[in-house]
Amino acid sequence: MSSQLLRFEDWTAPVPPVRREVLSALPHPDEKNPPLLFVPGLGHGAWAFREHWLGHAASRGFSAYALSPRAAGSLRAYVHDVVQVAAGLPRQTVLIGHGVGALVVSHALARYPAKAAVLAAPVLDGWPALGAALRTNPFGTLPAFFGGGLGLSRKQLYSPGCTYERKLTREPTAVYRSVLTASRPAAPVGSPPVLVVGSPDDKIVTRKALDRTAARFGGAPLLFPGMGHDLMLDTEWQEPIDAIIDWLEKELLA
Amino acid sequence: MQDTPDIADRHDAVCVIGAGASGLATLKSLREQGFSVDCYERETSVGGAWNWRHDRSPVYSTAHLVSSRPLTEFPDFPMPDDWPDYPHHSQLLGYLERYSEHFGLRDDIWFGTEVVSVTPAGDGRWDVTTRSVGGGAERVQRYAAVIAANGHNWAPKPFTVDTSEFRGRVMHASAYKDPAQLRGRKVLVIGGGNTGCDIAVEAAQQAEKVWHSTRRGYWFAPKYLFGRPADQMLPPRLPLRFRQKLYRWMVRLTAGDLTRYGLPAPDHRPYESHPVVNSQLAYYLGHGRITAVGDVASMEGSTVELSDGKRIEPDLVITATGYLPRFEFLAPELLDVDEDGRPDLHLHAFARRHPTLAVIGLLQPDAGLLPLAHWQSVAVARWLRLRIDDPAKAAAVQQKESVRPVRSWSRLQVVPSSRHWFEVGHTDYLRAVEDLLKHMEPAS
Repeated sequence: MSSQLLRFEDWTAPVPPVRREVLSALPHPDEKNPPLLFVPGLGHGAWAFREHWLGHAASRGFSAYALSPRAAGSLRAYVHDVVQVAAGLPRQTVLIGHGVGALVVSHALARYPAKAAVLAAPVLDGWPALGAALRTNPFGTLPAFFGGGLGLSRKQLYSPGCTYERKLTREPTAVYRSVLTASRPAAPVGSPPVLVVGSPDDKIVTRKALDRTAARFGGAPLLFPGMGHDLMLDTEWQEPIDAIIDWLEKELLA
Repeated sequence: MQDTPDIADRHDAVCVIGAGASGLATLKSLREQGFSVDCYERETSVGGAWNWRHDRSPVYSTAHLVSSRPLTEFPDFPMPDDWPDYPHHSQLLGYLERYSEHFGLRDDIWFGTEVVSVTPAGDGRWDVTTRSVGGGAERVQRYAAVIAANGHNWAPKPFTVDTSEFRGRVMHASAYKDPAQLRGRKVLVIGGGNTGCDIAVEAAQQAEKVWHSTRRGYWFAPKYLFGRPADQMLPPRLPLRFRQKLYRWMVRLTAGDLTRYGLPAPDHRPYESHPVVNSQLAYYLGHGRITAVGDVASMEGSTVELSDGKRIEPDLVITATGYLPRFEFLAPELLDVDEDGRPDLHLHAFARRHPTLAVIGLLQPDAGLLPLAHWQSVAVARWLRLRIDDPAKAAAVQQKESVRPVRSWSRLQVVPSSRHWFEVGHTDYLRAVEDLLKHMEPAS
């Protein structure tokens, strides 16, 4: 593991700044709750949270923000962007990552003392996720090995009766490679409470992977059976976000 | 809180002195380790030296950072990445204000309150006497630990030449605020540090005539090299000797040999005194707007006599002699202060004989101070936590660490001066702190 104190790469080759797309929904009046920053996974953008979760979080008294991944990014650049946006918000922020966004959040936690963190359907280790993708969607996944970009299918992401397939974007293979070869994140700074949520019926994140991730943060995953990988777009979207906010309210009191 | 003469026991709470960059980082690190904290700040807002609104702040209206953004920001709260490479001092104050707002630090800061004295109360605990700056009764409270983050850039180092018979105006650089003060004057700037050079350059743009008096030659690093901030171009991974070589080479390529303009040649290797980052001094020397002169011998009437016998007649003398660290509220033996007034602290932070006393930010690094102050405060907070959670391990760590001399982690032969003894190489320093943090990690 590289040193947290000696950050040669950041000192000599800082991540170049870009204009970041941040969508938000704000409560009225401001409840002085910590802001929530949603971080989508690959193929998704901030739009995925605007569909339901941003507005719902605001209606429960939390200012909610979602950050789109930058174009032609890398894991390092995504982490940089999350920390930049979080540090730019008025109060200590709760980071909520989905899919590969959870991997980004787990790395960002070593760079920014978040108030709390939620890893939703987290892809922390790329290899089992790649295996699962090969099993459910071989024709979308295989081209990625030859530089063709990874295709995600409806079956992988959503439970029946729900689809946002046409909004998905293809990321260059290099991005997937940077995810697969990512080193293990350093320990979070400021020891924030971390919650892991997911679905046992997720076609990308296996139940085993969920348990492993939760165990790493000293807990058990909160499960929502019957839902697909994209918890925030599923027809049952309200259940997980309500559970997340309930958990958060309890943690903030502690 | 009531105003009582008896000692209020704050039990496990920690007292932090100062709410500048170092104090704020300390407050936050202590909180993250679960301590309750009382932070005392004599001004009415955060920012310390960068808080230009108060009189003791050393910053002048045109001051910019001399280390670039990535080497200056807190490691866990980056500055906005669309800020300039070298932000303006007011941006730094804004940054510190946002830091304290973001982490809700203000709730634990007592503004307008100064610390009068800190005395040991036995058992590692401390009696801290505070007083409202506006007057009022003193109050004594007992704390489990005291961390001084009172800064070292507010008490001007006295100018040793007698100025009582001089008719022109003499002021310390701390009183210099705005270039308008220089307009049309004949200015003598004394001191070759960053402030002295900055003011000389400003005087070159504003004043009628400028002399710049330096005692020792410095290495003038450029702000940019190949279009990038110069401190991002020097590979910090390399050993010190190589970096000193590269530095010489960089200076030769940019500022070049300044002895041609009458400046003394450096009498020390690069990094052994605080680096002076100024690209413009050589430019104005070359345009004859600044005249380099030697040391000042005496000042009388309208004349300043230099050590080489030359006489000049400035009407404004700005002494950029720098600042001295001061800890009036602490008895000198608590910090093992030697006869020259220099505290002897482990890693320039931990009091060697008082495990619950530390100083944060007493460093002159060759990069920004904030990252170093941050990691110092993390180490101090983890140390205080370890003393509570695992006293046996804490005792072992203390036994090993408290006797380590400065040269065990710093290879620099610093220039013997009241300003340069706490000069550190930031990579050496961070390595030493990282080492200490590893020693304190719970066995897993």
